[in-house]
Amino acid sequence: MPRPPKAEERTTLLDARAMSRALQRMAVEILELAHGTDDLVLIGIQRRGVELAARIARLIEQSEGAAVPRGALDITLYRDDLGTVGPKPVIGETHIPGDLTDKHAVIVDDVLYTGRTVRAALDELTDFGRPKRISLCVLVDRGGRELPIQADIVGKSVKTGRDERVDVQVEELDGRDQVDVIR
Amino acid sequence: MIPPILLQGGRVIDPSRDMDQAADVLIQDGTIASVGRGLAAPDGAIVRNVKGKVVTPGLVDLHVHLREPGNEDEETVASGARAAAAGGFTAICAMPNTDPVTDNQAAVGFIVRQSGRAGLARVHPIGAVSIGQKGERLAEFGEMVSAGAVAVSDDGKPVVSSHLMRTALEYARTFNIPVADHCEDPTLAGGGVMHEGLVATRLGLKGIPAAAEEIIVARDVLLAELTGGHVHLCHMSARGSVAIIREAKERGIRVTAEVTPHHLTLTDYACEEYDTHAKMNPPLREAADVAALRGALKDGVIDCIASDHAPHAYDEKEAAFDDAPFGVVGLETAFAVAHTELVESGVFTLPELIRRMSTEPARVFHLAGGSLAPGAVADVTVFDPAAKWSVDPTTFHSKSHNTPFAGRALTGRAVLTIVAGAIVHDLDSAGTR
Amino acid sequence: MNASSTLGKDLTGLEHMTPDQIRLILDTAEPFKEVSERPIKKVPALRGKTIVNLFFEASTRTRISFEFAEKRLSADTVNVAATGSSVSKGETLVDTARNLEAMRIDMVVIRHPSSGAAEFLGNRIDSNVINAGDGKHEHPTQALLDLLTIRDKHGKIEGLKVCLVGDVLHSRVARSNLWGLTKLGAEVAVCGPWTLLPRGIEELGVKVFGRIEEAIEWADVLNVLRLQLERMEKGFIPSLREYYRVFGVTTERLERAPKAITIMHPGPMNRGVEIDSRVADGPHSVILDQVTNGVAVRMAVLYLLAGGRAELADAAKRGSE
Repeated sequence: MPRPPKAEERTTLLDARAMSRALQRMAVEILELAHGTDDLVLIGIQRRGVELAARIARLIEQSEGAAVPRGALDITLYRDDLGTVGPKPVIGETHIPGDLTDKHAVIVDDVLYTGRTVRAALDELTDFGRPKRISLCVLVDRGGRELPIQADIVGKSVKTGRDERVDVQVEELDGRDQVDVIR
Repeated sequence: MIPPILLQGGRVIDPSRDMDQAADVLIQDGTIASVGRGLAAPDGAIVRNVKGKVVTPGLVDLHVHLREPGNEDEETVASGARAAAAGGFTAICAMPNTDPVTDNQAAVGFIVRQSGRAGLARVHPIGAVSIGQKGERLAEFGEMVSAGAVAVSDDGKPVVSSHLMRTALEYARTFNIPVADHCEDPTLAGGGVMHEGLVATRLGLKGIPAAAEEIIVARDVLLAELTGGHVHLCHMSARGSVAIIREAKERGIRVTAEVTPHHLTLTDYACEEYDTHAKMNPPLREAADVAALRGALKDGVIDCIASDHAPHAYDEKEAAFDDAPFGVVGLETAFAVAHTELVESGVFTLPELIRRMSTEPARVFHLAGGSLAPGAVADVTVFDPAAKWSVDPTTFHSKSHNTPFAGRALTGRAVLTIVAGAIVHDLDSAGTR
Repeated sequence: MNASSTLGKDLTGLEHMTPDQIRLILDTAEPFKEVSERPIKKVPALRGKTIVNLFFEASTRTRISFEFAEKRLSADTVNVAATGSSVSKGETLVDTARNLEAMRIDMVVIRHPSSGAAEFLGNRIDSNVINAGDGKHEHPTQALLDLLTIRDKHGKIEGLKVCLVGDVLHSRVARSNLWGLTKLGAEVAVCGPWTLLPRGIEELGVKVFGRIEEAIEWADVLNVLRLQLERMEKGFIPSLREYYRVFGVTTERLERAPKAITIMHPGPMNRGVEIDSRVADGPHSVILDQVTNGVAVRMAVLYLLAGGRAELADAAKRGSE
């Protein structure tokens, strides 16, 4: 007789208000890092990074009055585990706004964990051109790096174990804004 | 000296005398000595209890391809005769499309001698209709018949020229032999590899329409009518052919016909998955054709079953469908397939099947055999009609294993085959004789 | 993403594929179109994989299309042009299979003059086998790019009326299209001289038009098949000139159509035989889109078939973090 699956333990890391505050702070930090919007380009990593990048772009637009070019990056084809993963993952849209030369590209993603996604994103981005600088901005840094990669801007840091999962939900895709740690 | 043989307690089926009853059969001096109940065994006789088994005249196969001379790796007269004996056949007729073609008295004599050396099932040579089977000049029918040929045929190929077919039929009358034709219009069939129909369309393979056979069947019966000769139509496959033969026989034309066990059993669906073991010429056709062939065999429009045993080396069949050669072996499965598909299913009675595999073929080619009447030649087969076995080509006596029935569960098997009073196949013992 | 839509080891034809599997390939082809628009038209997805293009029939466009697809996925490609000699064709194929196995090739793209050759090879080697055209049987990647092109132009495939025009009897492109279109819910018809239409086609749920005018009256899309010179030489039609007069897809005939008809052609075209130049170059022709989509579809097929073990499906669903 199989044992019933262990019940999931959800702990909320950020509720909607906390997430909103974090995003506002991240937007400000990006502006400081990029010294304004002149050569700033936000690149969101599929899928939730794209939504977060859109939110941040809107916040920046509201405060600076200038539109920030936004792109989306799907890193599936640059994954280092394509040879071993099972049925192939769905490939999302990749769209890079214009030439990245002399631009400051800020990669936006929801969770930074092993660093492999960012590694793939860096490889892919450089196939599109040579930005003068690339920075990394994440909503949650959960530790557990397997590669020497760090985020320049972090919404919330938390230490998690291998058996835990960080679940980011965004209004646009999931119906609400919330970040949970699940064991 | 060959000892006498007494077969005790079997069910004796002798279609030549409409006999189907329990009896003993005594064989002595190469002939049937007597058939009756409670026969005594002479001194030194081999006595076999065949209770529960069926005793019949030896089966006769009018259409077999032995690859000697020319392709002895695929089959020889000896290996073919051994395979025949294992299948319950006491006599087989060897088609002349050897390499070189058997189209003269020396070549015919060679087959006869090889058959004698093997000493198993009798191998009767069929001589070619035309020199080299080229379809141009008649071969020497008279000399070939003197050397032992029982019929003439260019099988493998059709006799394309109607003029040549006509002269062959007329000339053969002198020697009272049939001309056996492979009915195929090459311009219609050319390049085709299976039956032209929905399956071929789905598989993207060029088809051979039934009309390719029916046209030549019609031509051959008309020429038989014109010449008064005897035409024997090989391996019928199409319901249209059946209709033509039926009408011809009603008009008294001297036409006989044969059908293979695979054409009585399989349809073009066997070719799905590009299985080259279902590739033969004429091809397997549709369910309606199978039904028509069965009906025709039952009421005698088709006279007999013949295997069209066509051995091929394994690597030749291991190719894309287009490129594999036509043909399947059949001597060791013919009776069992026909018994399982026709008798077990109730379409035929066992005596009807034995008639079509023994008495009738012997009659068509005027061969001794097909009868257990006292004085008849002692070509006898004992079958176990209840024997269940599975076809394993690796255990064939034939040198080739290209069968569409591999792995098939069959019921009925020859357990003892006797030719001229000598045992040439004995399933119970390790070897023969 | 569910297991039922995974493709298995080989792509030999559309006849036995499910609609979900076909849609998976079309959906996967979309992002690959974008890759071909990048300044660096390369992604590392198939880096280190060895792919052999085994072409027993001469073909420039299909082979080049596959080659681009393979190179844009960063695979290493080897082209083998083996002309099948008539005597030993079968032998060559079996031996070829064994040699490829011995060299540990990852994937084979095969084009061969015998129907069933791709399946024959796929059953004998562990490498992925992709059918680039086997005899008259199937040409699945052509049909897939045709489906993608139709979907892009019309937004859907279900309910569309698509007519295949020309030598359907000898066409593997027609057969593959027939399977793909019917599985995705299109209404399919064929049109051509009776000598070039295969037996039993109606039993597959296909309408048959004996005249091109009837097809034009009915269709939303015409896929015009290439007529080979051979057909005239073998007596299936009396002359190419007559074929054009009776069955040619011309501007005059299309002008009488009740609605605009999308024009497709697998190429290479015989201008002035099966199709008018003005039609091929006209506003409703998507022939060049077919070519573009061809590379994307082939990239999608290679990507979906390469490597991958089914047990690790979950990692794919959640993506690495």
